[in-house]
Amino acid sequence: MPTLDQVAIGCKGIISSIIGEDATAQRLMEMGVIEGEPFELIASAPMGDPLEIKVQGYRLSIRKSEAALVLVQVS
Amino acid sequence: MNEITAPSKSFRIALLGNPNTGKTTLFNVLTGLNHRVGNYPGVTVEIKKGSFVHQSNAIEILDIPGTYSLAPRSPDELLSVELVLGLNPLEKVPDALLVIADASNLERNLYLATQAFETGLPVILALSMVDLATASGVKINFNLLSEKLGIPVVAIHASKRKGLDELKNAIVALQTEKRMPPEPVFSKDVVRCRAKILSLLGDKGSLFLAGRLLFETDGFLAQQLEQKLSLSLIPAILECRTELKTLGINLVSIEAKSRYAWIRELVQPCISKPESKVTGFTDRVDRILTHKVFGMFFFFLIMFSMFTALFVLAKPLMEWIGEGKNLVGQGLENVLPDGMLRSLLVDGLLEGVGGVVVFLPQIVILFGFLSVLEDCGYMARAAFLMDRVMAKCGLSGKSFIPLLSSVACAVPGVLATRVIEDKRDRLATILVAPLMSCSARLPVYVLFIGAFLTEGYGWWFPGIVLFLMYGIGFVTAPLAAMLFKSTILKGKGAPFLMELPVYKTPSFSVVFARVYEASVSFLKRAGTLIAATMVLIWAVLYFPYVSSTGENYPERIAATENKAEQDALLLEWKKNSFLGRVGQSIEPVVKPLGWDWRIGVATLASFPAREVVVGTLSIVFGLGKDAQDEQQLLEILQKARWNDDPDQPLLFNVPSALSLMVFFALCCQCGSTLMVIRQETGTWFWPAFTFIYMTSLAYLAAMLTFQVGILFL
Repeated sequence: MPTLDQVAIGCKGIISSIIGEDATAQRLMEMGVIEGEPFELIASAPMGDPLEIKVQGYRLSIRKSEAALVLVQVS
Repeated sequence: MNEITAPSKSFRIALLGNPNTGKTTLFNVLTGLNHRVGNYPGVTVEIKKGSFVHQSNAIEILDIPGTYSLAPRSPDELLSVELVLGLNPLEKVPDALLVIADASNLERNLYLATQAFETGLPVILALSMVDLATASGVKINFNLLSEKLGIPVVAIHASKRKGLDELKNAIVALQTEKRMPPEPVFSKDVVRCRAKILSLLGDKGSLFLAGRLLFETDGFLAQQLEQKLSLSLIPAILECRTELKTLGINLVSIEAKSRYAWIRELVQPCISKPESKVTGFTDRVDRILTHKVFGMFFFFLIMFSMFTALFVLAKPLMEWIGEGKNLVGQGLENVLPDGMLRSLLVDGLLEGVGGVVVFLPQIVILFGFLSVLEDCGYMARAAFLMDRVMAKCGLSGKSFIPLLSSVACAVPGVLATRVIEDKRDRLATILVAPLMSCSARLPVYVLFIGAFLTEGYGWWFPGIVLFLMYGIGFVTAPLAAMLFKSTILKGKGAPFLMELPVYKTPSFSVVFARVYEASVSFLKRAGTLIAATMVLIWAVLYFPYVSSTGENYPERIAATENKAEQDALLLEWKKNSFLGRVGQSIEPVVKPLGWDWRIGVATLASFPAREVVVGTLSIVFGLGKDAQDEQQLLEILQKARWNDDPDQPLLFNVPSALSLMVFFALCCQCGSTLMVIRQETGTWFWPAFTFIYMTSLAYLAAMLTFQVGILFL
């Protein structure tokens, strides 16, 4: 299963799970990045990092290092 | 301004909300700028308190910093939680909570509301950005939402002053009828364990607090509460966590999952979203503004405009302020008799006040720009575009604009770091911002490049040197940030997760309020300190004004008409002053830099502001303080010899001129910056640290420049 930093721009899908048990994982979830939630990878910044995703109906900038903690299922 | 009165009788509410919801606008509109900043030791966040009267009810509001979740992981975040729950000894428990939520993004905004619902306090929900929600096809049934929640739900548009009376009525009504919010649902095992922890908390407890202790992964809150309330909590918490884990419950995700599931069920019947996703305005604009090529082009265009405005628009305004100051000075000189009082008022106080006011144009222009960019939603895109570059030195994209602004002036640059939420990132940015070559260094560069690095070189040479001087800051600041972030400011900060808000038209009242607030807080807090520093420097250059042989310098200067004699006396006086004596005694210290005592004194005296050094050099090189002609100073510097002795070699050569410029590029000879750092960090430690590290760096770099320079040049 790919992580969010590995999928192509424009991909849509469902978040499967968040790796990790620390505060970073919890922050991600508080911001609505939780399993079962649909997402769309909208864009990446000029140097490829961070990424812009759409989740819970809003846009979130997320660095690749954090995106690597998000397992996704591309539809 | 009305004082915030009758604390015992007024109804106290705490205002909570996610960032970008218009929370500050609501606070400003409700309190009408009638607020003050609360002082809480040990934290860097600004918490504002305000008040208003509605139908003869006094209401007091505490503005809690914008947050997505009340999950404290740092002292700053802990303060917010303490204030909401009434755990802070400096504040009483609020009587109710006012939660503002963005209607166009209701689910995620309600996450914080569900936490507020568990505090045991009545809650009012204010919904902002209803127009944006409607525009994107989202329809919300407010009455149904209010009915299902059992609490007042009010749609507001703060900058257009819509829904405010309804909101105030709802607040007032709470005084007589407490409408309690529902409790978000957790599984029965979690509820049981939470109750166990709640029973340990005694009268300080709430469902929210007990839940937080159970769910938090790092144990920060538990440790803090054990200390502050002298309770034993951790063994029971660990026991509960083990119990839940054996039942197969994932404690990391259970809170977020349960809350979002509860929210979904609550909201579903109250909201209707368009079936097919329409490509909104923001989507279309973002395709350009975050584009790899066009996005960067547009970004640099905006930065260039902001910069040009800072230099071009601010310059005449600053000159007018300077002229105004001179006019007042001349007026005072005409009215007052010659003497210490006149000197104190004109050379000390007026210079001090002028030195404060002169920053206002830059602050107003920069904050005008920043507030517009922030309020329309572009600021987050700028941070998004620049994040990769800034991440290399351990910062985030949000540090870029404050650092760039510092090229104009570090004072507004340091103020602009307020947008950086992460405490360590913000502090690192503040510490390195003064390394960027600000406009006050320009006169120093221009003078010395003109005197020593122009004649006999190619036409392109002075420009290259000037560019290199600016380059020193551009290279050193990121390196220093990297160093600080990996040493004294080490630690895993919060992940850089940033909402990219929906674009909207900036509101004039929001922009005005931010500019006004930045200017007033600068004038009030940093301003008084800057003026005081200027007066202090005046004093150490004025006293003693009688020499050991009994010569009274001010009297003798007044007695003679001869300009040359006046200048000579002035020089002798300054040499005899406290600062002059210190300057002379430090000559051994500055000698390795290729400087004599006169440059030492000029440097010391330029502590309040770098640009003062040009004026001080005029005095110590015997030109008098009103040297009109910079060309004259330039020639004198070219001919100056060590200790004014004609048999000695020339004082300045290329290595010593370069060493002086390098020193000024890196030093923190700017009292205003230090005072603003004091204002923003709330302690004297950081300005002292900044001064010491920058001065040491400047000294070493200048010495290296000189010593290497004389080997080759």
